[in-house]
Amino acid sequence: MAGKTLYDKLWDAHLVKQRDDGTALIYIDRQLLHEVTSPQAFEGLRLANRQPWRVDANLATPDHNVPTTSAERLAGVDGIEDETSRIQVKTLDENCDEFGIVEHGINDPGQGIVHVVGPEQGATLPGMTVVCGDSHTSTHGALGALAHGIGTSEVEHVLATQCLIQRKMKNMLVRVDGTLGAGVTPKDVVLAIIGKIGTAGGNGCAIEFGGQVFRDMSMEGRLTVCNMSIEAGARAGMVAVDDTTIEYVKGREYAPKGDDWGKAVAYWNTLHSDADAEFDIVVELDGTDIKPQVSWGTSPEMVLPVDATVPNPADESDPVKSNGISRALEYMGLEAGQDISSIPVDRVFIGSCTNSRLEDLREAAAVAKGRKVADSVKQVLIVPGSQAVKAKAEAEGLDKVFTDAGMEWREPGCSMCLAMNADKLGNGEHCASTSNRNFEGRQGFGGRTHLVSPAMAAAAAIAGHFTDVRQMMEA
Amino acid sequence: MEKFTVLQGIAAPMDRANVDTDMIIPKQFLKSIKRTGFGVNLFDELRYLDEGYPGQDCSVRPINEDFALNKPRYNGASILLARENFGCGSSREHAPWALVDYGFRAILAPSYADIFFNNSFKNGLLPIVLEENIVDDLFKSTEANDGYQLTIDLDAQLIKRPDGDDIPFDVDPFRKHCLLNGLDDIGLTLQDADAIREFEGGWKQQCPWLFGAIK
Repeated sequence: MAGKTLYDKLWDAHLVKQRDDGTALIYIDRQLLHEVTSPQAFEGLRLANRQPWRVDANLATPDHNVPTTSAERLAGVDGIEDETSRIQVKTLDENCDEFGIVEHGINDPGQGIVHVVGPEQGATLPGMTVVCGDSHTSTHGALGALAHGIGTSEVEHVLATQCLIQRKMKNMLVRVDGTLGAGVTPKDVVLAIIGKIGTAGGNGCAIEFGGQVFRDMSMEGRLTVCNMSIEAGARAGMVAVDDTTIEYVKGREYAPKGDDWGKAVAYWNTLHSDADAEFDIVVELDGTDIKPQVSWGTSPEMVLPVDATVPNPADESDPVKSNGISRALEYMGLEAGQDISSIPVDRVFIGSCTNSRLEDLREAAAVAKGRKVADSVKQVLIVPGSQAVKAKAEAEGLDKVFTDAGMEWREPGCSMCLAMNADKLGNGEHCASTSNRNFEGRQGFGGRTHLVSPAMAAAAAIAGHFTDVRQMMEA
Repeated sequence: MEKFTVLQGIAAPMDRANVDTDMIIPKQFLKSIKRTGFGVNLFDELRYLDEGYPGQDCSVRPINEDFALNKPRYNGASILLARENFGCGSSREHAPWALVDYGFRAILAPSYADIFFNNSFKNGLLPIVLEENIVDDLFKSTEANDGYQLTIDLDAQLIKRPDGDDIPFDVDPFRKHCLLNGLDDIGLTLQDADAIREFEGGWKQQCPWLFGAIK
């Protein structure tokens, strides 16, 4: 019999009951909650007169709606100018109070984007099952956990039963061997993967990211890669536990301590695919070939290396795809055959659950240092992923590097990734964004998003258009 | 949840691939703390020519006449024809809430994104997977015939069309059972509460650090 994959091991360890119809009850160790996808779940509990199964399995923080200017943040929840946003954040506070769930409120030192806060506090750990009403929950798989996004009905289901009804997914291995070149980042790796397999490439699968590139990658880099599994269609993405994982977790607030630490490490060291494990699908890329990436269209699979040209719909034989390219070019205001580097940038956003951790900010600051934002660029927002990231970045003086370059240093939250707060694009504006989705209207009505790494975003801010950051590094 | 047994209704076309949940219901409408009222903002950026915001009177907004759902022939449609990877992106359950609130009860497409697919069943919305050539053919029939109607019989797992053979479809037996009977998953899962408690006890022995750390 073939060995087990990492996903098989995590699944088997959490299997409460396999039903005859192919569905299973899977035990959930951690649920992260935020203000947008939880109110209807709590309301459901109240209407059915149910209590949470296990309060200590949950951790909440507001992130999607919170304002990011210091002025608007000062007065806390009551200071949120937008009434509907304020009500939603208040509702989270009230629900957590009522049900006894620990919440890091709007200006608490533990506040931040759920997917930054979880790993940073050791609230998400190797070997756990993690859910959240947010598709980017796949992020936590970087720790060697089974983590995925769920809908609000499932949020309520997990609150009430501590279980999720699931059907086992297929095993997919994305192996990237070789060594990344200077200026090529984890974001470029995941964008290149999505460009290769497409936004539906991982549908029905749990992806394991394996190979030399991921073994060499930092924990924060792995979080970036797993974060965007969902953009490849996979609900869950994961990386095997190794010394990098264990070093990262050690000493974090909610991580095991004392005797438990040794026991935990012994267990975590088993969390890798067996040498003879079989995958349903294997995809391979050579990391040495990956260049800095820029998305040109309205789906994350519409992505190319920075030295490429915008594609021509006439070159695509599949009519549905050709039609998709034409629509994307029209929405994005681009011409077929245009150089990617000729696309001007109106605004730049460095942040989101994909790229708002300390290493991301360091990477952007290394490019911004001693340089100025181009006059043609209207705004550059730097939004740290959590209060803890913000404090560390400030201790290193990164905030000063950014503000000296003419960039804005903001308070933690999801911000312009999805523009639920005041941070948004104007109609027709192009944005170099370190977020995860370039869908129509995602960053604001008529806004045109180009997904890039933090280094490439900073380079675009300085140049006023997309440019190969590797050339700025040589200068 | 409302039961789903037999649905007869007009089919409306949404002829593009990779329709994401941001397109189905844009983020500004996610600030609601309710499950209802999203229908008027379904496909907001495609349906209307101006920028939408919560609480607006949508009856006076400028309409995009080219958008299929705005054409009188698709008035009252309850079946949506769609292309591959429908519902990709954000996990927002507001997407199926908006589709159901608008009046859709079934979707026919070659494939769906996983989270959307799951969320739909929990809201009495039946997403059916059909071969691409069958979907193509239904698009053609819908466009060629004003008021084109289909009948979906969930128990028999058949789509009855007025101009051709019945189309059989697959559906997960558990989800079918829940839809046919309008059952709430939570109640069903709680019937296994003893099994959950038993698992939890063993798991706590094995991984004590997973319990009680957050308080």
